[in-house]
Amino acid sequence: MTTVSTSPRPVSALSPRRSLADLLDDRRVLSFLFMAPALGILIIFLAYPLGLGVWLGFTDTRIGRAGVFIGLENYISLMGDSVFLLSVFNTIFYTTVATVLKFGLGLWLALLLNNSMPCKAFIRAIILLPYIIPTVLSAIAFWWIFDAQFSIISWALMKLGLIDRFIDFLGEPWNARWSVIAANVWRGIPFVAICLLAGLQTISPSLYEAAALDGATSWQRFRHVTVPMLMPILSIVLTFSVLFTFTDFQLIYAVTRGGPVNATHLMATLAFQRAIPGGRLGEGAAIAVAMIPFLVFATLFSYYGLQRRKWQQGSEDD
Amino acid sequence: MAAVVIRDVEKAFGSTKVIHGINVDIADGEFVVLVGPSGCGKSTLLRMVAGLEEISGGTISIGNRVVNHLPPKDRDVAMVFQNYALYPHMTVYDNMAFSMKLRKADDKLIDERVQKAAGILNLREYLKRFPRQLSGGQRQRVAMGRAIVRDPQVFLFDEPLSNLDAKLRVQMRTEIKALHQRLKTTTVYVTHDQVEAMTMADRIVVMHDGIVEQIGTPLELYDHPVNTFVAGFIGSPAMNFINGTLRNGGGSLRVETAGGQAVRLQAAGKGVDGQPIILGVRPEHLSLGAGNEGIAGQVNVIEPTGAETQIFVDTPAGSVTAVFTERHDFAPGTPIVLKPQANSIHLFDAQTGQHL
Repeated sequence: MTTVSTSPRPVSALSPRRSLADLLDDRRVLSFLFMAPALGILIIFLAYPLGLGVWLGFTDTRIGRAGVFIGLENYISLMGDSVFLLSVFNTIFYTTVATVLKFGLGLWLALLLNNSMPCKAFIRAIILLPYIIPTVLSAIAFWWIFDAQFSIISWALMKLGLIDRFIDFLGEPWNARWSVIAANVWRGIPFVAICLLAGLQTISPSLYEAAALDGATSWQRFRHVTVPMLMPILSIVLTFSVLFTFTDFQLIYAVTRGGPVNATHLMATLAFQRAIPGGRLGEGAAIAVAMIPFLVFATLFSYYGLQRRKWQQGSEDD
Repeated sequence: MAAVVIRDVEKAFGSTKVIHGINVDIADGEFVVLVGPSGCGKSTLLRMVAGLEEISGGTISIGNRVVNHLPPKDRDVAMVFQNYALYPHMTVYDNMAFSMKLRKADDKLIDERVQKAAGILNLREYLKRFPRQLSGGQRQRVAMGRAIVRDPQVFLFDEPLSNLDAKLRVQMRTEIKALHQRLKTTTVYVTHDQVEAMTMADRIVVMHDGIVEQIGTPLELYDHPVNTFVAGFIGSPAMNFINGTLRNGGGSLRVETAGGQAVRLQAAGKGVDGQPIILGVRPEHLSLGAGNEGIAGQVNVIEPTGAETQIFVDTPAGSVTAVFTERHDFAPGTPIVLKPQANSIHLFDAQTGQHL
């Protein structure tokens, strides 16, 4: 937003009859015009649906029937709804475990990729593959991998003689939870690894050399140079990863649709389930809105995480 | 403190050999400067002493101990990097204390050492700041402080002043020299700036294309360069080189320059009559002459700096630079005769570039 006004113009130009050309010369008018398309898109596709969703959460709207305002009734009934509470547990469990795994493995992968090795560019490109493949496509692949009869994992373990019957990956609640987490981690690692790799490459090699001369072992170099230097980008990536995982829908919907017996229902899938197939738009909207406090918490985390650390402040000229 | 002995050291990156068997003996407490144009291998040699580059051949010993296979931390050396390599997330204090903390030294001892180093370098009031909040010169001092706190056997400096502005560079140059006089720790200092080398070094190692051209005290190199490379590299403005032919006959020794002029030499010169040679004379060893006493030409450009006047002269043998401590105000095109001081003339073999 610019507050700089243009140079003084003749009085006549300020009269109501000023021409279009004069109007387009005005920086305030121009800046608004240039922002208008983006503003329009944000209002239509972001602000309006969000506002509508919040409103629907306070109504008993069903598909085909406009609802009336019922206050917090949806939320009160959700508090006693065991399926909803299970979905909250599932979401938190799914997000926490998947994020920890994605970051642990992603950081490890990034550190490996940061070493010089033959065919570096090619290997880095391959690493990105899981991220490039459309979610639904990879979800279907995982569906087959976890299939009760045709699972390649079960088949391989059978051949190795480690198990004596096929594992029912998606039929048992805990098996299903771990299975979708595995699929999510597989998809999420590239994003984390590539972002952290970018962060690692900004660390000056001379810092490692200085640390080596100062007497640091490789673990101490990781602990005292890599980790603190990586913190800023780590907090950004962590925030985005948590947001994406918490709101995950596609993977679950394609692999389990929330089953077995709601064991893998996340808040997002449950909201969709109740609102569209179930027809209770108001209740579905309320579930979706209930995600907001969690997301706000995650965003606040990022806000404080993203704040320039004290050591990053100071003069820019270096 | 310790002596550093570099014996037949070679370095190859893959099949490319960059250092071809270097021998340097650095005495205990000596300040040695490795100088040379970029790509001459001086930084690589320093990094091999530090243990940051593997040694492809030969040995490096620090204090009678061959360190070829010791990791950097066990060599007891401290290094100041060109970009300082300060840990940006640590305060000045922590930057300086880091190495001792890693060694699990006593907190009191750490504090004592850091405070002492900070006192020497005038950093006391900045100890709580982060590197970002410091000026270039202050960061440079922190980098030195980090080295001092270690109390190592050898200090290594890798072009430490390159990132500073001209004025600060001169100031820090003096500070580093004063620091060495105070601590008397063996120091190896790499620079491409011959002025830095001349002003700071006990001895200078002039390197070029991975070999040592000459080792000597600053004035030895200035007065007795062994070849045209050293002669041209040491001294500013650079030595004038004039192609010519040695004439040794008729009772006088002289050089006939490419432009057909003659420069008389003192007797006792080496070389044979008719030998093609390069005549080297430093700009400060030229004075104004008359007639056919020296090299005649026309003034091209005059650069007065106040303390001295630098004159670029076009001669038939090429461009010649002269520096006078007195002031002159020649108009461009003025005919002028430059007379070399007879005892300051250098003669080099035209083929090998070696001093005659």
